[in-house]
Amino acid sequence: MTPEYFEACSIIEMHDDDVKALGLVPNQLVKVTSECGSVIVKSVRGRQALYPGLAFIPQGVYANQIVPPRTQATGEPQYSGFPVTVEPAPEGERRKSTLELVQSAVGMWRGDQ
Amino acid sequence: MAKKIENVGCPFCGVCCDDLVVTVSDDGKKILEVENACIIGSTVFHRAMEDRHTLPRLRQPDGTYKEISYDEAVDYTAKVLYNAKKPLIYGFGSTNCEGMAAAAKVAEKAGAVLDNCASICHGSSFLAIFDNGYPSCTLGETKNRADVIVYWGANPAHAHPRHMSRYSIFPRGFFTGKGHKGRKIIVIDPRHTDTAQVADIHLQVKQGHDYDLFNAFRTVVRGHDIPDEVAGIKKEQIIEAVEIMKKARFGTIFYGMGLCHSDGRNHNVDIAISLTRDLNDFTKWTIMAMRGHYNITGPGAVWSWQYGFPYCLDLTKRDIAHMNPGETSSVDLAMREEVDAFVNIGTDAAAHFPIEPVKNLRKHPWITIDPHPNMATEISDLHIPVGIVGVEVPGIVYRMDNVPIQYRSVIDPPEGVPSDEELFERIYQRLCELEAEDAAKQPAKAVPEGVRAGE
Ligand code: SF4
Repeated sequence: MTPEYFEACSIIEMHDDDVKALGLVPNQLVKVTSECGSVIVKSVRGRQALYPGLAFIPQGVYANQIVPPRTQATGEPQYSGFPVTVEPAPEGERRKSTLELVQSAVGMWRGDQ
Repeated sequence: MAKKIENVGCPFCGVCCDDLVVTVSDDGKKILEVENACIIGSTVFHRAMEDRHTLPRLRQPDGTYKEISYDEAVDYTAKVLYNAKKPLIYGFGSTNCEGMAAAAKVAEKAGAVLDNCASICHGSSFLAIFDNGYPSCTLGETKNRADVIVYWGANPAHAHPRHMSRYSIFPRGFFTGKGHKGRKIIVIDPRHTDTAQVADIHLQVKQGHDYDLFNAFRTVVRGHDIPDEVAGIKKEQIIEAVEIMKKARFGTIFYGMGLCHSDGRNHNVDIAISLTRDLNDFTKWTIMAMRGHYNITGPGAVWSWQYGFPYCLDLTKRDIAHMNPGETSSVDLAMREEVDAFVNIGTDAAAHFPIEPVKNLRKHPWITIDPHPNMATEISDLHIPVGIVGVEVPGIVYRMDNVPIQYRSVIDPPEGVPSDEELFERIYQRLCELEAEDAAKQPAKAVPEGVRAGE
């Protein structure tokens, strides 16, 4: 719930080719949508290179907004390897705080206290 | 004069470093310095006293929290468990074995489902081990003998920061006097991770295609031909890696979430175990799961002694335990809306479950037992603070290779704050009282005439 947690987890890393193809400028906000939801995160250049077509969001509140809960009957959700679309975040969209994301999802969000 | 405490264990990751030196203030209340730990480990100690509550907090109708006494919190928890048809008690990655055993008593009395974080982590490994065995070793064996190390779908540089320097790559062991120079390192990961940075060979496998790659490895080990490219990796590279593995004197495969969380789950692990077994026809190979939290191996050990099953324990039948992860795991139960109360202990399910199961669990009472506020406490009905194992509470923890380590405490918990074990013992006592009160309300059962016990 600290500012460090917010900055560390509300990001997405992609390959330069994909960043270019999407026409993104560095540190631009993007909307990431999977089969079960979407989340606004910041597109950053990671140190740990990945190949074109792959994206990485650190495990945490932001990733789990879009992780499919299907478990292939093992108990383990699909934390890695599920399709998403990435697009520039619509005008006016912002990254939400961890508290706003989780409390809104369960109907407990009462606005910035 | 500040006090230096040696041989302190780190309550963060499965490496369970037990060589920390912690300096505490004269009055034994403040942590001043932490030596030998990685940045994550030292943060655990330095932030231990931040954001602490010394009393349980109960959610009020207006949505705010109000402090209550421990007695009231114990009573509330016992009543929630007693009245639920199928409560779920989940977590345990971050507490001691004593706490796990006490929690199991509560789960048994309440007829609950008892599950730990393996369920969303190395549970796939358990399933594979049930199928195929576990040719493993302790970390000291790797340190002293291994000349080839494989990290497959694991990134210790970030997740287990001192793993490479304590056990796998850099240390000079008994038969590995040259340290790093005498070892070959192979890293298999779709990303060029910081672990791949120190490897001799990095195979950038296509995400989700590890099973294909294992198949290719096994095929080459057995002397057969493979296609020109498998899972994005060239045939020559596969043959080169297999040759190195076959020529090893002693090798260890360390694997992580790259296998357990991707398509195939347990099958990625069982074919990894098969590869290890195949390699033992030529030389010595072992395999080890990079278990996550410092004592997530603990519940597997404790509950196996108690019930014979490591996780996903359905104790609702009271006199017989049942386990089938596709059916009795926390996430599957939550997705099918089969549980009607949730206790989050030593974990943060609200942050680390996908949001759908969180929404379903939140439809029912939710109790969080944790030293600090986290996402789970922020959506709970009740938050019960406890002492921090390894910092304020001593106890046994199991390292990733199942080696038990005695952790010590370096400071006292805040006044009046119990350990997990003490808290669960009190909940257990309260459950027994509730049961006795109910029994007293019912008319005494008459023993039918002519029938006596033992006849
Ligand atoms: S490697 Fe793990 S156990 Fe060791 S100090 Fe770092 S976090 Fe703690």
